This record gives sequence, C-alpha cells and structure tokens, in this order.
Amino acid sequence: MPEAAVIAFAEAPNLRRTDGTTNGVEMLVPIFREVFEQTGLTKSDIGFWCSGSSDYLAGRAFSFVSAVDAIGAFPPVMESHVEMDGAFALYEAWVKVLTGEAEIALAYGFGKSSAGDLRRVLALQLDPYVVAPLWPDSVSIAALQARLGLDENLWTKRAMAEVAVRSRAAAVSNARAQPASDELEVEELLSEPYVADPLHAHDCAPITDGAAVVVIAAADRARELCERPAWITGFEHRIDSGSLGARDLTRAPSATAAGVAAGAAAAGATVDVAELHAPFTHQELILRAALGLPDSVRISPSGGALAGNPMFAAGLARIGHAARQVMSGSASRALGHATSGPALQQNLVCVVEAH
Amino acid sequence: MTVPLNQSLDQPPSPPLSAPLNISFDYTRSLGPVLSQFMTGLAERRILGSRSADGRVYVPPAEYDPVTFAPPAELVQVGPAGTVVTWSWQPEPREGQPLDRPFAWALIRLDGADTAMLHAVDAGAKALMRAGLRVTPRWADAPAGRINDLVCFDPARDDAGDAASAAAAGAAPVPALSDQPVTMITTPILLHYQHTASAEESRYLRALGQGKIVGQRCPSCDKVYVPPRGACPTCGVPTTTDVELPDSGIVTTFCVVNVPFQGQRVPAPYVAASVLLDGADIAFQHLILGCEPDQVRMGMRVRAVWKPPAEWGTTAENISHFEPTGEPDAPYESYAHHL
Repeated sequence: MPEAAVIAFAEAPNLRRTDGTTNGVEMLVPIFREVFEQTGLTKSDIGFWCSGSSDYLAGRAFSFVSAVDAIGAFPPVMESHVEMDGAFALYEAWVKVLTGEAEIALAYGFGKSSAGDLRRVLALQLDPYVVAPLWPDSVSIAALQARLGLDENLWTKRAMAEVAVRSRAAAVSNARAQPASDELEVEELLSEPYVADPLHAHDCAPITDGAAVVVIAAADRARELCERPAWITGFEHRIDSGSLGARDLTRAPSATAAGVAAGAAAAGATVDVAELHAPFTHQELILRAALGLPDSVRISPSGGALAGNPMFAAGLARIGHAARQVMSGSASRALGHATSGPALQQNLVCVVEAH
Repeated sequence: MTVPLNQSLDQPPSPPLSAPLNISFDYTRSLGPVLSQFMTGLAERRILGSRSADGRVYVPPAEYDPVTFAPPAELVQVGPAGTVVTWSWQPEPREGQPLDRPFAWALIRLDGADTAMLHAVDAGAKALMRAGLRVTPRWADAPAGRINDLVCFDPARDDAGDAASAAAAGAAPVPALSDQPVTMITTPILLHYQHTASAEESRYLRALGQGKIVGQRCPSCDKVYVPPRGACPTCGVPTTTDVELPDSGIVTTFCVVNVPFQGQRVPAPYVAASVLLDGADIAFQHLILGCEPDQVRMGMRVRAVWKPPAEWGTTAENISHFEPTGEPDAPYESYAHHL
C-alpha cells in the first residue's frame, strides 16, 4: 500500500512575459489559494513546504526567501528549498511524508524566465572550468544533441515537427498553456527558418514565466481529503555524466534507470499517460525510447513543456498534470517526468496510480 | 525607470516600475590536480586528456572516471587536430561566446581521444559544416591557462592537421609541464536582467517621487508595511489599502558602522538604524546623521531629510538620511514589540 498520494495541483498561467517580480509571489499567492480551495486545507495544515527556484534566473541572491512571503510563514513553518525544478522539491517533500515528519506537504516551483537572457543564464549550469567560460547557450547545446540523432537516423525532422504539432494541439485544452494551436502543419513548420540549425522555433520550448504547486498527503489524510488520490507508487531520480562529450547524447540512461526504479515500465503495468518534461522536440523522442513507452501511451496531454516551460516549475507541473489525470479518473496509472541540466542530463520519474 | 515621475497616485494602476539590472562578478576557482595539468598544458599550447584504467582517453580530462570513479591512470597529449562529431549553427553569437560572427558549436573528438569536447568552429559558412569535418585549434596570442586559450577551431585546410597530430602523438606520455603550474582560473560573469518592482513597491516608489511615503495595510492582520509587499509575510495575502505615512518616527535599534567597505558613501563612523515611521508596523533601515554616532539611542525621535526635489526620482534615495528632531524619546514599551 503506498504511503503517500498527490491530492492537489495548480499551475499559474504559462506566459511569455509577466510584469511580476522575480520572487514569484504574484504567481504563487493565487495558486496556493487554488490548492487550498481544492482540498479545504489552510496554510496551518501544511507540515512541510519545499520550493524549487534559482537565483541565477532571478538575478538576485536568496530570491527564494522573498517567495516565502507568499506562504505567510507565521507562526514559523518547516520549510526547505532546492536550487532545482520544483519536482525535486516534491521529492524532498515526499521523503518528509514517508519518514513521518509531515502528514501533508506542499511543493512549489517558480521561475520568471523572461527576466534575463535565458539562453545565457543556462550556460551557468555547465562545467565551470572547461565549458561555461565559452558561454554555450542552451538552444545550441540541444541542437548538438538533435543533430546526432538525425545523423544516426534515430529520428527525423518530420518526427520532431510532429511532436510540436501534437503538443500545441493538446495545449488547446489547457487554458493555462502557451502557445496553443490545433492548426499547425508539419510541412509549414519545416519551412520556417532555423533558430539554431537543426532546430526550428517549433522544436524549442517557449521562454515562459510561471509557477506550479503540488500537495501530497500521507495515506490516511489523502483518503480523507481527496476523492481519488493519485497514489505515488514510484519516485526516483538519476543523473548522467556532466561531461557533454563523454556520454551518448542520443540516449538518456538516467531516465531509463529512474523509470525502471520507479516501476514505470514494470511488466504488464504500463502507464496510460506520460507527462514528459521535454523542452525540445527531439528530447521527447529520446525520453519515450528511454522510458520504453509504447505508442498506446498518451503523451503530455497538457501540451507539455513545448506549450509552457517555466524554469524550475515545468517539471513539477508535469507531475501535477499526471496526477490530475488520475484524480479526474482519466487515467488509472500515469507517469510524471522532470529533467534538469543540459541535454537531459538529470531525470526524475514519478509514477502515480488510482486504487 | 520607464514611467513618468509625476503620475498621480489616483490614476488607474500603472505597470510596475522596471529597470535594467546588470550583474557582474568573477568566479575564482582552484583547479585541483587534474585540471591544473590540463590548464597548464593549454598555457603551453598543448591539449591533455586523461587515460582511465580501461585505456579510454577523456578530453577534457576527467577528474574521476565517470563509470569507475577512479582517478585517471595518467595524462596524455592528444590532438591538436580533431574531427567534428556533431554541430549546430549559431547565427547570432551571444555575449561572451568565442566568436562574434556566425559560427558552429561542435563536439570535437581530438585525435587520440575517445570523448568529444565542446568548442566553436570558425567555418565562415554553415554549408561548410558537416560531421566528420577535420579541424585544428586556433590558439590565443598569449595563452594563460584557461579553456579560452583555444580561441576556436578552424577547418583543416589540407592534411596539416593530420601531420600535426601525428607529430604530437609521439609525445605521449606528456613531456614535463612547466614547474609553475596553473592552479587557479578566474571566470568573469556578466548577466543582464530587466528587474521589475512589485505593484506594491511601484506605488511606494512613485509616491517617493512626489515626496510622499506610502505604505499599505494588510487586509488580514491590519499591519502597515512600508515598503508595502506583494504578500503580507504573516498572512500570505497581498497588502491592499494605501496608507500615507509621515516622514517622522523613532529609532528602534541601530549599529555604529566603523568598518570601511567598497562602495561606502558616508565616511565611518556613522549610524545605520531601524527606523519605525509613526503609524507603521515594520521598521526599515536608514542612516542617522546630524548628530554624533554616540548620541544615537533606542527610542530617539527622528525625521527624514529629503534631497532637493529637483533630484528626486522613483527611489528611496530621495530621503538622504534621518536626523534627530529633539523631541523626547519614545518609551521602550511603545516599540519593544518591534525589536
């Protein structure tokens, strides 16, 4: 019997640019209110808070401390932070619940990606000795990965464009996604200019400001607070070498390892839905192969990261959307995935189920 | 700032104030034994890789084998020529990148290496790029022991690259490096942001531009915050109701700054104090001038000294400092809960 379940999820509108601050408060206050309305909880019911965000993105030190204002942290709360996607904050929150230190925990992630030059900011996550001083930007690095697979005939530009078309069309049903359109055509997309050959604009997630929040609860509380909790049956993360040239960029062994450990591909127990955090079209193709997802699995019905990729929140939102599929009865078993680092270096898999 | 200073506070909400924010700093890092040799090699126009116990050669060298986690068995000289494994085209180079004209990023496997390193290829035209392209390094005029000593790679014009690599291949294991190894690198970082004040902070800053101090009251706990905040830190709800405050108050607590530091604007010693404006529930920090530092005390009544209005902007700097009013001190009990 799983010991914890997702009981609520909310995400802020995924926007190309907000006029809010980099401390996320404006995006967080409304979505905290949403999950409290979904569950009937108040802030005093939350035993542990954990956030994911980045000072590099905000351009200021300890930016996550200002975000705590959104909690209303008085009397003092038990709180933690990871300089990673909120999905990894959720992992910490899950451990807190499993160890009995909290009955109900709330994880959130936020990022105002538009505040700086995102492609340059992300260069600072690279090896600081032999890579970052060259300032390679995030899109160029993803493009190196995309071409490897194209040259090796592991995928085609058409298959990549099809991912974009499907994602944008799926986003039409998600009022908080951007950009959405069910009128895109592969041929048109392929005739557009390159952003970084071989990547077109449609291959790249849009720069997005946003935030997400997920609430989890220990078994007894989950049953009491949620009609159909999304039980967490597997939650794992793994990492590949930080040296871009020393690993096979066409594969994601850490995603495979995390998926296997989380039971995502257990025999006879495949998932109905997989929400994949793939900021580039070819990365979805890598992940589907790495996680062994058959064609029958619905991929990212939320629109995925290609329809909204708020840094440090998009991975948590993927888990939230996967859980929402279970909580709404649309799926009985779903997978939420988050990535971190360049070219799918680090991968996290969370499997949620109905019971 | 992007909004006129004379805008009335009674007008509909304006967009928040925002301004460019440029951040620059240096990362100074020690290199450790493996990367120290690599950087020392670069300073001598040689490229070193690490050979693991299984014979695999990593370039740049791996401090620890990614599979076995063992330190390298030895360092070996590789290249200098290499082969493009994969590439992408950078049509609009960004600040700090190796070249200021369109170029290719590439993973390059140097001759003698089993892994590829990331660098720029100055191909001149995208059509010249392909996997399998032979490239040779272009060195900085004065290599200093950093990755940027490799300015970029150039497409090899003929078999010159092969000849150079063949010559270098005989040099493994590495000839003795300088007895003055490179042990540190400094990497300058320069980042650009558009920093945005919150809606509440913007009202406060715009009011300052008109010589007023405007805080806001939390609708939940009734506390008056100055500056106002996007969320009351106690209640987690945005502050809403504007409250205009006088520019007088008391010193709740203070310290005497005796230590000089970079960027200091007032000669030490001087007093930095928490000033609680009359009617506010939160103190903010400001300077206390106009008396000797040893005259400042808790509970002292103070008033803002404004700069001349011609110098005002949407900034807290419109208030130069606070100075004593000479009124009787506030009793301790009246501010004890603000400490």
